[in-house]
Amino acid sequence: MGVFRSSFSRFWAMLVKEFIQVRRDRVSLATMIIVPLMQLMLFGFAINTTPRHMPTAVLVQEDSDVVRSILAAIRNTAFFEVRIVARTEAEIEYLLRSGQVLFVVEIPTGFERAVRRGEMPALLISADATDPVATASAFGALEGVVQSALMHDRVISPNGKTPPPFEIRLHRRYNPAGDSQINIVPGLLGTILTMTTLIFTALSVTREIERGTMESLLAMPIRPVEIMLGKILPYVGVAFVQAILIIAGGYFVFDVPIIGSLPLLAGFLVLFIAANLSMGYTFSTLAQNQLQAIQMSMMFFLPNILLSGFMFPFSGMPLWARVIGECLPLTHFLRIARGIMLKGAGVSDLAQEALALAGLMLIAMMIAVTRFRKTLD
Amino acid sequence: MTHEHLPDSDIAIDVHGLTKSFGGGPAVVRNLTMQVKRGQIYGFLGPNGSGKTTTLRMLCGLLTPDSGTGTCLGYDIVTQTNLIKQRVGYMTQRFSLYQDLSIRENLEFVGRVYGLASPREAATQAIHRLGLEGRENQLASQLSGGWKQRLALGACILPSPDLLLLDEPTAGVDPKARRDFWNEIHTLAAEGLTVLVSTHYMDEAERCHEIAYIAYGVLLAQGTATSLVDESKLTTWTVTGGNLNGLLAQLEHLPGVDMVAPFGTSLHVASRDGEALARAIAPYQQDANLHWVVAKPTLEDVFIDLMTSAKDNF
Repeated sequence: MGVFRSSFSRFWAMLVKEFIQVRRDRVSLATMIIVPLMQLMLFGFAINTTPRHMPTAVLVQEDSDVVRSILAAIRNTAFFEVRIVARTEAEIEYLLRSGQVLFVVEIPTGFERAVRRGEMPALLISADATDPVATASAFGALEGVVQSALMHDRVISPNGKTPPPFEIRLHRRYNPAGDSQINIVPGLLGTILTMTTLIFTALSVTREIERGTMESLLAMPIRPVEIMLGKILPYVGVAFVQAILIIAGGYFVFDVPIIGSLPLLAGFLVLFIAANLSMGYTFSTLAQNQLQAIQMSMMFFLPNILLSGFMFPFSGMPLWARVIGECLPLTHFLRIARGIMLKGAGVSDLAQEALALAGLMLIAMMIAVTRFRKTLD
Repeated sequence: MTHEHLPDSDIAIDVHGLTKSFGGGPAVVRNLTMQVKRGQIYGFLGPNGSGKTTTLRMLCGLLTPDSGTGTCLGYDIVTQTNLIKQRVGYMTQRFSLYQDLSIRENLEFVGRVYGLASPREAATQAIHRLGLEGRENQLASQLSGGWKQRLALGACILPSPDLLLLDEPTAGVDPKARRDFWNEIHTLAAEGLTVLVSTHYMDEAERCHEIAYIAYGVLLAQGTATSLVDESKLTTWTVTGGNLNGLLAQLEHLPGVDMVAPFGTSLHVASRDGEALARAIAPYQQDANLHWVVAKPTLEDVFIDLMTSAKDNF
């Protein structure tokens, strides 16, 4: 009995001490209670596995009743949101490759006449099939909806027993087999790099503070920008080696194609890595200790997985969630990696994404440099 | 390096009315004014929490004073901190070199930060000066306390600064290592370096050219060790023999006795009022077992008295 009681007393001492310490660390306490609730709400409302309002472009070469009612029917499905009216084939290529639209509806010249004559003209729907999840449900809905809309408008006979007077031709671009690995490996490349790079730099400043080396570092003639660049650059090399391993694994083990230019991918990779390292470094200057820095990195990592388009289709999210997504380097890198590896996109297709990455990196660096405490005040 | 820009004044540190508080709390340093001449070893004494570290940090640009002005090596301590940092070596209280770097790597890092022409060469010289040849590839974490302090000093003087600020450099270091450390500081001062060193140790205070005593953020006295003792109004007696423990308890509460402290087999009894003390101890001087001698107050007596009277004022 005595042994048990003294053991319990020691255990109790430890437990009481831990509670006191947790209660004193306000930031951790807030992270433990508020953050899970906030994230539940955030992601619960944001995520939608059957996306609607997917960005769509139309290339219409005639203006007729049939065409108008087909377009109206497509809009009414709520799966498609016609954002751009294209004029040329080249424009369509660009829109798909740069990821600005997921679907293109093409209606050729003389479509109405061909329908009335019973010539079964083709309504061509090209889809960006790099993300099979995003496009599958829209495909399923398409045929029936268009047909019933046309019946309603009395363009075709309403008895419903005749076959449709035109053919819907689906074109799964970039991933004809609908293979999901093709899409997941470039996504994993970005996600794994986000995780490792954040941790590389998130501890860099807090570690110096906790080990007591910051005080003498600050007494030396070295500037915050110099400290930051000196701490970020070595890890660009480390992360780049990680990227090479992942890409090689994807290519040789999972048969993920690399259609576009490898040097271009390498260049954008460096930009992406630097942007994430800057984010981690910024957390490091904001956090008061290493635990807080890790918590901040985790809080940043979760939206990266859920809102970037890695796990769930980006276009399926409500506007506010897409706005958050646009602030994450991973979102832009996913478009870059999928664009180059799967669609063969070039610099001009991805310029916007690269600018966004550079912008995010500079903002993070500016926050880090201004927030860096040059004194111990 | 900005050697050519050095002002020709022979004052290294010249500050007036420095005040500093943290987060709206009470002032840690109040209205501090001091001058330190070039080439001097200036001791900075005071109890824990008296504002010594805060003062040193204000001098090297790590803290911004709430009010007050001053210069360090002729540079303004508020607006020219970058220039001060180039010329000042600051040794923190806690060991602040990289534990996971070797001795040589730490020294080369410092050399590069200060933009030395040849960091490797400078590190080699420092290793030689420290007597660490053959151990230069050891990690800093593997060094004993005394060696860590010497390495930290070596790193401070590597960029050949004009002023050294040492914050309790010998805390927790054995007497032999402390003596070596002080010999090194005297050598450096002889070479023209100004040294401001904070300490708790009275024997170290006596090794300084000049000392300042700070308590509760206020500079209470400054001067040479002898002048401080001579100027103090203390009368001190030493008692030996008999039951000193019992005597201490009785003397402590007598009017006219300001301080009673045991020193091995003797007691120090001191007072600011010599006559009152003489009256208070008169009955005990009759005791044949006790042997009373008038003694010169020690520096420690002076400082403890300064601190006690300062406490009465706050």
